[in-house]
Amino acid sequence: MNGSTSVSNTSINNNEKTDKQQLKHMMKRKRKNKFFHAVFFISTLFGIAALLLLLGQILIQGLGWLNWDFFNNYSSRKPENSGIKAAMVGTLWMIGITAPLTFIIGVATALFLEEYAKDTWISRVIQTNISNLAGVPSIVYGLLGLTLFVRMLHLGPSILAGALTMTLLVLPIIIVASQEAIRAVPVSQRHASYALGANRWQTIVKVVLPSSFAGILTGSILSLSRAIGETAPLIVIGAVAFIARLPDGLLSKFTAMPIQIYTWSSQPQEEFHHVAGAGIIVLLFMLLAMNALAIFLRNKYQRK
Amino acid sequence: MTIVNIDQLHLYYGTFHALKNINMNINEKSITAFIGPSGCGKSTLLRTLNRMNDMIKGVRIEGSVNIKGENIYAQDVNVELLRKEIGMVFQQPNPFPKSIYENVAYGSKIHGITNRKQLDEIVETSLKNAALWDEVKDDLKKSAYGLSGGQQQRLCIARALAVNPEILLMDEPTSALDPISTLKIEELIQDLKQRYTIVIVTHNMQQAARVSDETAFFLNGEVIEMDDTATLFSNPNDQKTEDYISGRFG
Ligand SMILES: Nc1ncnc2c1ncn2[C@@H]1O[C@H](COP(=O)(O)OP(=O)(O)O)[C@@H](O)[C@H]1O
Ligand SMILES: [Mg+2]
Repeated sequence: MNGSTSVSNTSINNNEKTDKQQLKHMMKRKRKNKFFHAVFFISTLFGIAALLLLLGQILIQGLGWLNWDFFNNYSSRKPENSGIKAAMVGTLWMIGITAPLTFIIGVATALFLEEYAKDTWISRVIQTNISNLAGVPSIVYGLLGLTLFVRMLHLGPSILAGALTMTLLVLPIIIVASQEAIRAVPVSQRHASYALGANRWQTIVKVVLPSSFAGILTGSILSLSRAIGETAPLIVIGAVAFIARLPDGLLSKFTAMPIQIYTWSSQPQEEFHHVAGAGIIVLLFMLLAMNALAIFLRNKYQRK
Repeated sequence: MTIVNIDQLHLYYGTFHALKNINMNINEKSITAFIGPSGCGKSTLLRTLNRMNDMIKGVRIEGSVNIKGENIYAQDVNVELLRKEIGMVFQQPNPFPKSIYENVAYGSKIHGITNRKQLDEIVETSLKNAALWDEVKDDLKKSAYGLSGGQQQRLCIARALAVNPEILLMDEPTSALDPISTLKIEELIQDLKQRYTIVIVTHNMQQAARVSDETAFFLNGEVIEMDDTATLFSNPNDQKTEDYISGRFG
């Protein structure tokens, strides 16, 4: 009897001890949790604050200079006469060529890798290259474009050379994004199609593409919006900064928005910085519009 | 009447010998059930009947599968036509993310039917044959994803029936469904027997006993015993079959 009480006593003591320890441990975990919560919150705030500051500065700088004339004027030696017309049209031309090229080549490549050459040595070689290419700095693409398009193919510093260079730059990203979208189509749907007697091409056109279309489109638009903001490769291939007419063909000289903005902001006169601010607002607006379009299309085509 | 004859069939996944010397006759317009513990090769054998195994890398097949007297593993076989003749329903309902109508019409369109009226007719008949018409006739334009699991599976059956197959392969078609949906599909299978030859893999012995005319018992890649269902369940020849159906393993 004595023995048993002593046993139960010690066990109670033990329990109390572990309870206390557990309580302590829990408090510690709670404190830790609170601490990191605060750290993450502050980090987020920091990011948002930086963004707001940037936006605010640009708006203050540029908004006053943003008017109809700004869209309708070419660049000029005088800040008050400077406009973004040539650069904007140049950028639109480039997108107009780059978008269909990257979309067609990118989706076709992704389909080949995912549907036709899956797990073959050739697809592994291409795959590795594409993944590496996606990480190459954009200036390297500029040098490639300069050698290949401007010099070897004699395109000169033209819109076409710029667009083709941008195509090279965007392609790996579009391919990877399309592959992911294609891979997300469940195998069970392909099986359903094959089991009904469909061949591979029919399965791709009627099952795989419709299901992955939203993802492919979103990826494409987002990577194109990256191309719009690229400056370095265009400078390397020789796009000019001051140009006072619109392009009249694929081989015209051209400028693009980021180049124009860069040039303005590197002018010594204070007024040009305001012009640059106005340019940045237009560029940001274009990027936002493209992202909005991507979101809209994703929601529209996402399978129900 | 025998419609499928499997003759000394061996199947390897790489070096793994998954089916060992299968010999089997399947009767026309009857229901044949494959039972056995999981991993014994039921699905593998089912997939050899419409050559869905072709899509798995490293599969090697010896022996022959003769459907209506023709070896479907011969050189000149058109696999797409073969799969049109032999429909398949999978374990998980797998409708396309399309409308109910488009799901059923898919196979017919693939095989070249474009006439709207003809398609309408095919869709209606197939949905009726799959006992789904009354539930969906006003919602044909709606997404198949809005249907319940059981309805989706009957939609998949309708989709398979729409290309007018002779044989219907079903791989555990009710294992993902609730009891009521299961019952509906079992009734449907009984009805379909009048027009189609049905081969059904099931994990569930009661289901095999309820629906099938003949049952084959699989173990480790071999067919241990095949007989008409009543005999196999009441009076099996092999000790292993008896052990399995009396629930001693599996
Ligand atoms: N694609 C595959 N690759 C390699 N082995 C497989 C593959 N599919 C099935 N197997 C193997 O073959 C055997 C039979 O599988 P399966 O036919 O799916 O069995 P069951 O349908 O009777 O459960 C199992 O051992 C399984 O691991
Ligand atoms: Mg199985």
